[in-house]
Amino acid sequence: MSALTGGWRRFLPAPRWALISVPYFWLLLFFLIPFLIALKISFAKAAIAMPPFTDVLYWVDGFPVLKLRGENYLFLLGDSIYLNAYLSSLWIAVVATLLCLAIGYPMAYAISRLPASSRNFALLLVILPSWTSFLIRIYAWIGILKPNGLVNNFLLNLGLIDAPIKMLHTPFAVYIGIVYAYLPFMVLPLYTNLVKHDHRLLEAAADLGAKPWQSFLKVTLPLSKAGIIAGCMLVAIPVVGEFVIPEMLGGPDTLMIGRVLWQEFFNNRDWPVASAVAMAMLAILIVPIVIFHRAQAREMEGKLT
Amino acid sequence: MKLRLSLLALACAGILSCGKDEAPSGSTSAADSKPAEPAKPAEEPKVLNVLNWSDYIAEDTIANFEKETGIDVTYDVFDSNEVLEAKLMTGNSGYDVVVPSLTFLARQIQAGVFMPLDKSKLPNYANLDPQIQALIAQNDKGNTYSANYMWGTTGIAYNVDKVKERLGEAAPVDDLKIFFEPDLVSKFTDCGVYVLDTPSEILPMVLDYLGEEPNSFDPAVIQKAVDRMLLIRPHITQFHSSQVIDALANGDACLALAWSGDVIQAANRAKEAGKGVQVGYAIPKQGAPVWFDMLAIPKDAAHPNNAHVFIDYILRPDVTANIQNYVSYASGNAKAKELIDPAILNDPRVYPSPEVQATLYNLAVIPPEVDRIFNRAWTTIKTSQ
Repeated sequence: MSALTGGWRRFLPAPRWALISVPYFWLLLFFLIPFLIALKISFAKAAIAMPPFTDVLYWVDGFPVLKLRGENYLFLLGDSIYLNAYLSSLWIAVVATLLCLAIGYPMAYAISRLPASSRNFALLLVILPSWTSFLIRIYAWIGILKPNGLVNNFLLNLGLIDAPIKMLHTPFAVYIGIVYAYLPFMVLPLYTNLVKHDHRLLEAAADLGAKPWQSFLKVTLPLSKAGIIAGCMLVAIPVVGEFVIPEMLGGPDTLMIGRVLWQEFFNNRDWPVASAVAMAMLAILIVPIVIFHRAQAREMEGKLT
Repeated sequence: MKLRLSLLALACAGILSCGKDEAPSGSTSAADSKPAEPAKPAEEPKVLNVLNWSDYIAEDTIANFEKETGIDVTYDVFDSNEVLEAKLMTGNSGYDVVVPSLTFLARQIQAGVFMPLDKSKLPNYANLDPQIQALIAQNDKGNTYSANYMWGTTGIAYNVDKVKERLGEAAPVDDLKIFFEPDLVSKFTDCGVYVLDTPSEILPMVLDYLGEEPNSFDPAVIQKAVDRMLLIRPHITQFHSSQVIDALANGDACLALAWSGDVIQAANRAKEAGKGVQVGYAIPKQGAPVWFDMLAIPKDAAHPNNAHVFIDYILRPDVTANIQNYVSYASGNAKAKELIDPAILNDPRVYPSPEVQATLYNLAVIPPEVDRIFNRAWTTIKTSQ
């Protein structure tokens, strides 16, 4: 790897900022500009036009007039459906993240304890499913969970059940889909953390009389805190805004903010309110991101001192 | 290992590039279109992007059109007027021909979405029934922007045997009460109750059943429809507009509010499958919404000439008749009637008798503020909160 970067450097004699500016340029182009457009639309009013909203900035007698309307945000507060959707999205994200952690931690732990030669193979198995399209994998779950699908037919043939269990279009199916799709995002950061642990610490704990579960709780778990936080953030944040999985596996009563956003945009064709929903979602998501950042910074400080 | 991986990558690249050559957006463009002789000298590239409702065209229509004109068609489908409108209002949808329902078309005309049809390029426009044209002109003044594709009703679809088994021989299949009375619809909870996922048609039907004006925009009246839907909500399996054909045909749905032609297609598919599923359709005696789906060309279409060629082709009596034989919908094409399968022409579910026609009602053009009430009501109904 170092040989590679050395090679690169020869071809890229430019100062460091050229490299650093790439991610910033990326963020500017694909995050900041769309964000500003959505922010602008959230202050407009819906209209029958193309595009379907009023101008925020227009010219009167050669002077620019900026008209910001806050009514879309007030509208969100006035109807309980938005708050309920945010809360239920957060709830689903929290539960799904805990499930991912419960499944992903032992997986990552086991992989990190494998002999170095087979670790990469095990990691490959974790990543391999994402080589097929996300959409197709979720469709596959419809085939597995539907009333005359794989699971029900299997159980019926074994004689364990008399009538198909309703699994598709239930919250259960949504959790299965989310945990399945986001598990690698939990396993990978945990693995990178766990694989770096010094085994001698556990040996020392054992020498000092700690039982395996005690040394796990007192040594491994605290040391892997950063990995746990990173994994939880990587899972929880995208799950809050998830649209595809609840749409395909959930029932019509699965309320999530991603679906509300879709309804505002495609059914109500009210772009300003849809943008306001998106802005509010961003604000809600920034809170955990800031907490994560703080925790990471503290971690770094701790390491430095 | 490395060699194999690179071979795999090559294969993937091959698949990707092939896909690109054939269909730009992964749709059902006919791959077998030969470089046919040019039909009309046009500067436009010989391509056309069409967005139509799902299950709404004969299997060979697009292939025949491509063979005859040499125009390569990318044919995509949708299942919701609301979603189509969202795409059109965004602008630059990329489509040359779209098929909104008339009441939605009216709003889109207002927003300036469409270009006027050039009738001089549409000799077959004269085939359209003047009576239906007059009806349509109420929403598209002077029939400027659109040509009728098909029309139909929204009514009751049912599984003949399952209904008989649960409600006896005299089951009220032609009465909306089978749907909107909890003690009747609850008999079907376990065998599948489907509802079209569109408030703009279903809410008027509930209001009609409750004896209210179907096209009422009064929030208090709309609330009555919501209350009634919440009563029957526990018995509704799914809200969906394009899965219903399959669900009826393979017996997953026993009862549905669905579009006339879709139900007849489901009945035909069930017959072909031969598993003994019998599907029936009834226009409720309380009346039913009648709707018209309209061919129109977005103003920003990249291939307006090809779009006109396509619309004129569709309006040819033999082409319309062929589509009708396949999709079992009525059309506003008077000349096509002579060529339609008599079984469809004489089917009162497709072409209702004058007495039944008198009970049908048009849907209103919904203003945006009512739209929001409708959609909010729909969310309440779907999520039961």
